[in-house]
Amino acid sequence: MVALCSTCNKERAALKRPKTLEQLCRPCFFRALEDEVHATITSCRLFRAGERVAVAASGGKDSTVLAHMLTLLNARHGYGLDLLLLSIDEGIAGYRDDSLATVKRNEETYGIPLTVLSYRDLYGWSMDEIVREIGTRNNCTFCGVFRRQALDRGASLVGADKIATGHNADDVAETVLLNILRGDAPRLARCASAFTGAGGPLPRVKPFKWTYEKEIVLYAHFKRLDYFSTECVYAPYAARGFARDLIKDLEASAARPSAIMDLIHSAESWTVCLGDGGGDGGGGGGSDAAASDGAAAAAAGGNGSAAAAGGGGGGARRPRSCTRCGYLTSQPVCKACLLLEGLNSGLPRLGIGKVKGGRGSAAAAAGGGRGRGAERAAAGCGAQGCGGGGCGEVGAAAAAAGAAAAAEAGGRAGRPPRRAAVIEFESEGATR
Amino acid sequence: MKLCIEFGGGLELLFGNQKNYDVEVPADGSLTVRQLLPWARDNLLQDRPELFMKGDSVRPGILVLINGCDWELSGTLDAELQPGDEVVFISTLHGG
Ligand SMILES: [Zn+2]
Ligand SMILES: [Zn+2]
Ligand SMILES: [Zn+2]
Ligand SMILES: [Zn+2]
Repeated sequence: MVALCSTCNKERAALKRPKTLEQLCRPCFFRALEDEVHATITSCRLFRAGERVAVAASGGKDSTVLAHMLTLLNARHGYGLDLLLLSIDEGIAGYRDDSLATVKRNEETYGIPLTVLSYRDLYGWSMDEIVREIGTRNNCTFCGVFRRQALDRGASLVGADKIATGHNADDVAETVLLNILRGDAPRLARCASAFTGAGGPLPRVKPFKWTYEKEIVLYAHFKRLDYFSTECVYAPYAARGFARDLIKDLEASAARPSAIMDLIHSAESWTVCLGDGGGDGGGGGGSDAAASDGAAAAAAGGNGSAAAAGGGGGGARRPRSCTRCGYLTSQPVCKACLLLEGLNSGLPRLGIGKVKGGRGSAAAAAGGGRGRGAERAAAGCGAQGCGGGGCGEVGAAAAAAGAAAAAEAGGRAGRPPRRAAVIEFESEGATR
Repeated sequence: MKLCIEFGGGLELLFGNQKNYDVEVPADGSLTVRQLLPWARDNLLQDRPELFMKGDSVRPGILVLINGCDWELSGTLDAELQPGDEVVFISTLHGG
């Protein structure tokens, strides 16, 4: 009954590691996990000495463990990082209170300064005010678009050089799978990278790229880290739940415990095929990317042709900086700035792609199918209370779908559908 | 058999928002986790059984600890429980 730790052979084993199936005691497990994260940080060169790093802090398990571990590793290995916690408050009455309270306790525990920025700070409007202005019907477009940018805007406000997020191996594998299912080749190439946006103003890093969710939860549980977990227990049945279930089934029923690693590796190979189109968000430019898309698709056979079909023939638009806020976008003015313009001018539907002038008619021309997609996404999002909170991932996934559809409607009518969505929206950008 | 059962990681929401239960589970002699699960579902759970169990096991993504140790070390569903054991269920599924 009592198994001994396979590292120290002294203490009682506390867990079986999902990646290696080793049986480790608590102290040996802590050290092994910390060493692996350190290895990811050094081998992927995630940080440079002297950088100011904003840790995206939601109060949830991943960001709590990330804050803890980065503090610890920064001290242990002398990274020389200036760490800070960054939280976004959507300004939805009642919703963030508990999770923000958790983040505030993290600030004291780890001694890293916390900045909480509200949508009012970032955009001049709180989510509640937006809802009052436009009604609940379209608020998912706003919350999706605003949420994706909030971290970037917040991080530049606090003078950060980089954003670190708590995405773990399970999350990455899930995103890989979703991008395969959508035939989204450029995002597939990007999503598994531990370092994205290298060319842009605010690169993002994922130190937990190779860290299993099970181990993050057990690390938090064994160390009694204080995290907030009650917001999203129903989420497994919404958007991302399907991909997650499929992965869990691959691990268990298909007896392939390496499913998560395999998915991440497969996306990395895809990156290789795409050349420099992958890896960093700012990279893949224009026709090069489109051409190598085709090559990759040919090389990959069946999957690839699905992807190529999804990708359509059009050349990828080169991401550039929004002329108003500097955020990376495929349009001259980013979606958030467009939505803000509408709000500030008393025409809140501007940019949603339903009413106003040119964009509105483009939406109409784009036809019903897309629009219905947006509504469906919005409904899924709203069910989880996107306007009222709910889970970042599900909200973000659904909102991404909704926003993608909306962008589609807004001004890209004559184009093959997939491509527009691909470039502009990055699901990883969601706050968690 | 007397057991302490704990729910965490958001799972407590399915159990009346109560994290800790001291319970007496009917058992003739031995009790395995396989037998405990349906009992907990039928007697403690208040909402959405499909989010707690799948087939005769826990829903994938729920961790089980017996006396602070991963149940994978003691045979998962076949793990034998002893009086006074502490069984913890933690959802890993959300709240990054
Ligand atoms: Zn040990
Ligand atoms: Zn929403
Ligand atoms: Zn902008
Ligand atoms: Zn998650």
